Amino acid sequence: MLQTSANLAWLIALPLFSSAILLLIGKRANSWGHVMACIVSASTFTIGLVEFFAMQSRSAENRAVTQKLFTWISVGSLNVDAALLLDQLSICFVLLITGVGTLIHIYSIAYMSLDLDRRRFFAYLNLFIAAMLLLVLGDSYLNLYVGWEGVGLASYLLIGFWNQKPAYATAAKKAFVANRVGDAGLSLAIMIAFATFGDVSFSGIKEQTELASTTQLTAIGLMLLLAACGKSAQFPLQSWLGDAMAGPTPVSALIHAATMVTAGVYLITRSNFIFDAAPTAQLMVVIVGGITLLFGAIIGTAKDDIKKALAASTMSQIGYMILATGLGPIGYAFAIMHLLTHGFFKASMFLGAGSVMHGMKDEVNMRRYGGIGKFMPITALTFGLAYLAIIGVPPFAGFYSKDKIIETAFNAGGSKGLLLGITTLLGAMITAFYMTRVVLLTFFGNERWGHKDEPAESPALMLIPIGLLSVGSVVSGFFLARGEALVHWLEPVVNPLKEHHSGEFLSPIIVSLLTLTAVIIGISIAVNKYRSAQADLAPEKVSILTTAARKDLFQDSINEAAFMRPGQSLVGRLLKIDYLVIDGLVRAVGSVSLTAANKLRTLQNGYVRSYALMMVIGALALIAVIWSVTA
Amino acid sequence: MSLLTVIGVLPLIGAIILAVVPSKNSELIKKFALGVTLIVAVISILLATGFDKADTKMQYVQSNSWISSFNINYAVGIDGISLVLILLATILLPIVVLATWNESDSGRWGVKSFYVLILALETLMIGVFAATDLFLFYVFFEAMLIPIYFLIGGYGSGNRSAAAIKFLLYSLFGGLLMLASIIGIYVISGNQIGATFDLAQLAILEIDNQTENFLFLGFFIAFAIKAPLWPFHTWLPDAAKSATPGTSVLLLGVLDKVGTYGMIRFCIELFPDASKTFTPLIITLAVISIIYGAFMAIGQSDIKGLIAFTSISHFGFITMGIFAMTSQGMSGANLYMVNHGFSTAALFLIAGWMMARRGSSTISDFGGLQRVTPVMAWTFFIAGMSGLALPGLSSFVSEFLVLVGTYTRYPVAAVIGTLGIVLAALYILIPVQKALQGPTTPGNENLKDLNIREKIAIAPVILVIVIMGFYPKPVLDVINPTSAQVVTNAGFTDPLAQVSK
Repeated sequence: MLQTSANLAWLIALPLFSSAILLLIGKRANSWGHVMACIVSASTFTIGLVEFFAMQSRSAENRAVTQKLFTWISVGSLNVDAALLLDQLSICFVLLITGVGTLIHIYSIAYMSLDLDRRRFFAYLNLFIAAMLLLVLGDSYLNLYVGWEGVGLASYLLIGFWNQKPAYATAAKKAFVANRVGDAGLSLAIMIAFATFGDVSFSGIKEQTELASTTQLTAIGLMLLLAACGKSAQFPLQSWLGDAMAGPTPVSALIHAATMVTAGVYLITRSNFIFDAAPTAQLMVVIVGGITLLFGAIIGTAKDDIKKALAASTMSQIGYMILATGLGPIGYAFAIMHLLTHGFFKASMFLGAGSVMHGMKDEVNMRRYGGIGKFMPITALTFGLAYLAIIGVPPFAGFYSKDKIIETAFNAGGSKGLLLGITTLLGAMITAFYMTRVVLLTFFGNERWGHKDEPAESPALMLIPIGLLSVGSVVSGFFLARGEALVHWLEPVVNPLKEHHSGEFLSPIIVSLLTLTAVIIGISIAVNKYRSAQADLAPEKVSILTTAARKDLFQDSINEAAFMRPGQSLVGRLLKIDYLVIDGLVRAVGSVSLTAANKLRTLQNGYVRSYALMMVIGALALIAVIWSVTA
Repeated sequence: MSLLTVIGVLPLIGAIILAVVPSKNSELIKKFALGVTLIVAVISILLATGFDKADTKMQYVQSNSWISSFNINYAVGIDGISLVLILLATILLPIVVLATWNESDSGRWGVKSFYVLILALETLMIGVFAATDLFLFYVFFEAMLIPIYFLIGGYGSGNRSAAAIKFLLYSLFGGLLMLASIIGIYVISGNQIGATFDLAQLAILEIDNQTENFLFLGFFIAFAIKAPLWPFHTWLPDAAKSATPGTSVLLLGVLDKVGTYGMIRFCIELFPDASKTFTPLIITLAVISIIYGAFMAIGQSDIKGLIAFTSISHFGFITMGIFAMTSQGMSGANLYMVNHGFSTAALFLIAGWMMARRGSSTISDFGGLQRVTPVMAWTFFIAGMSGLALPGLSSFVSEFLVLVGTYTRYPVAAVIGTLGIVLAALYILIPVQKALQGPTTPGNENLKDLNIREKIAIAPVILVIVIMGFYPKPVLDVINPTSAQVVTNAGFTDPLAQVSK
């Protein structure tokens, strides 16, 4: 029997109410809204910590706690409670969401200080926190789904925060629609799960997994994967993430790097009992992750917009995580480890990018940066630490988490393992290349910004959160990996030790050496290419591959050709068919009867509308006639 | 006299008083109409509190002989399904009256006639859901056309006369088919158990298959026109475009529900075998409606046309849920009727205010309203989110129930239907972007935000949408027993989970 906790609902209720208050009160809250939002976010972090320490003090099998709130939907055999579950997996997310979330709230006070709609911004941020916490705390797929679409809504509102610019509004819509494709997958997964198990709760399905056929589990798994692809910007639903950078930079850091986009990883890890028993679905997970990690990395090499370069990197890093979840059971723990370290270093980098933009009058083109390190030393230093973390230099965080994934990939066995290992290794090399490129173009080299005033370092309110995150980028990996802390912590949820260390193909040391070599190659190429003075315009004569990468490997063109234009022409044709054929038939029938009616008109009083009464009366008369005939 | 009769008759008395008292004070007339509809709403809530949820039999029954030579009775009564629809009607009416305060000012026949028609319509709407005598139902069903016809033709806009006539003729055509079936079943009852129009007795008749199929079709086509289901839908966009926003709310929010209600109450309860025979066809039409309505909605440039086509898509969901013949599908469909009523009301009322301010119903004439009229824009956005069934808002629960209830019996239909939720994102977000976001379109800079009357009118609707999203239990508790009963009576049991513990 699981223990209960009365605190869990507050995690969601506090930010939800705060958000509602900020939206309903309106302008009157302008002066204090952001402060309240920060306090609320910090309170959720505090509750998270309290729960975490309480959890630690209990034995491993007693750590999970639940809270049933009320009966939500109950029809026939379908019973869904609004109920929350906090276990070893969800606490990782709770701390990440509320911890990084609070830092980003604080950062935003300064970053958004000149924006007239700052209060609304904070309302959306609180809404996001509430929805994301519901996503990771829901005890059934249907509760998760509410949070799942809730974060989609918050993401939509925040991407389109400056929707006066039509392109930004379009980006928001694109994100929502791409996510909805994934959401449809989640819907279907829930439907199949209910038809199969008669239950939609995690525990209820987990208990019965062994009774289901592989086909049923594979179907559920593939639909969950589709959902993960939408939310986590994985191939083939990845195209929205780059455009999502239209949102204010703190949003990119929180939602589109550290937390929301990793929800797919959470979903697959949470559903480990399904994927472990559905090898085909698991293989698809690995393939999707592998494709996306290279896809994102390749795009990242050619982006000049610093936020889009980081977004491509996020896509690629989540590719690593997804790939790892496909290599469960041990893979889940490593996916979560990379997710947590990534949360630190990617959020740190995005906030650093925001700091640079702050100093550079909102310029995002790295071709117009250069030599900024001199003027913004703290930003440069913190960005540098996060950089070392992402490319995986020991002992920074990414070294621990990424190496584990590469190692697991190699050890997946046979040619599959070799292929996956090489893919992840290649990804590490490209990551080192594009991140070095970002650092060099931004902080080193010749000054290319053109305007006279030199960029000034950002205020402390922005630098402190960045600083704390970069501390996380340095040490988090060590602490999570030490004595396999995270692996053991997650054991009761994902059973990571079930197949651990079986059939080791390459030892950890070899993998680390291989990875380091790949990283050094990546760095060297970048240094070699970008150490000289750069022009402030992107070179036009470039290889086909560069052109392709700049155009996001034609993802938008393909989507337009495959879905948008056929869809539009279908709509156009349906509009014509509806008018000409379906309604045309009705009008033809109608005009025949109207003509007849017109001829009869003289018999009656000449008003068309009186037909209504006439026909009702006529109908009644008809009954009387039939009655008298049959009686 | 049953309380049901009281709330049914009250609006009619109000209408008669309005008609005979010679007052030209239009403010007073409006306040009187608001008062009557409010009283009816309050009494109907009392009615609901006295309703025994667990009992699946008709409650608040009353039966008086009306035309004894034909054994026609004034027989009324409600079960869970009809109760929530009556509540939908009686709660929406005062909201519509308040929300569309100035809608009738420029009408052809003046303010007074408008409210006489509205009040008369309320009586008919209550009657049509309360009737347990087939003939009485038919009278209400046909008589409803008259006030709606005059409301569109006399107070609408654009090509209102043509739209009104199209609506009327199309509906009458369906009504006549139904009439033929009614006479048919009446005659059969005369041969078997003594001629009757009593629903409970008609349900136990033994009808041979072919006859049952014909009788079923007579009812079904009438209801498919009313609901409307593809391909009988083309009158709806025309009517919705021409009607005033308030009339459209009543038309799409309540009157169209008579179609889906009728499918349950008459098609399935009277003709279970024929229902089974035609289910594949009906599910197909429902799925087509979902997808077709959604695509057509995406292509609309007129905001009223847009809402009309989204409704066609939603009626597809409702019909699919009904004929899935599972408790989740049936309950989901019933809940969907209520939820669709409220979210369509929100969409149409706010769209009406937008149109009245801008003098146009073309979506692209708006733009950047979020900056100019934030409250109006936000309420429209929330209504839109309910339209795309965002979890946390009411429509999600019903849409999910319909889909999951359909999946357990007809997985292919449910999978195709799920495509509808992707298209819904498009048909809502495209107009949201055009109308609410982006730079303010020239000419819109000075639009006024919602006034206090409009805020009071829309607040309860938004509140219902939010509360029913998180806590639909009170309504589901009313709907569930009756819905389960309908499924059982039709000879179906829920498919079992494929694995069992």
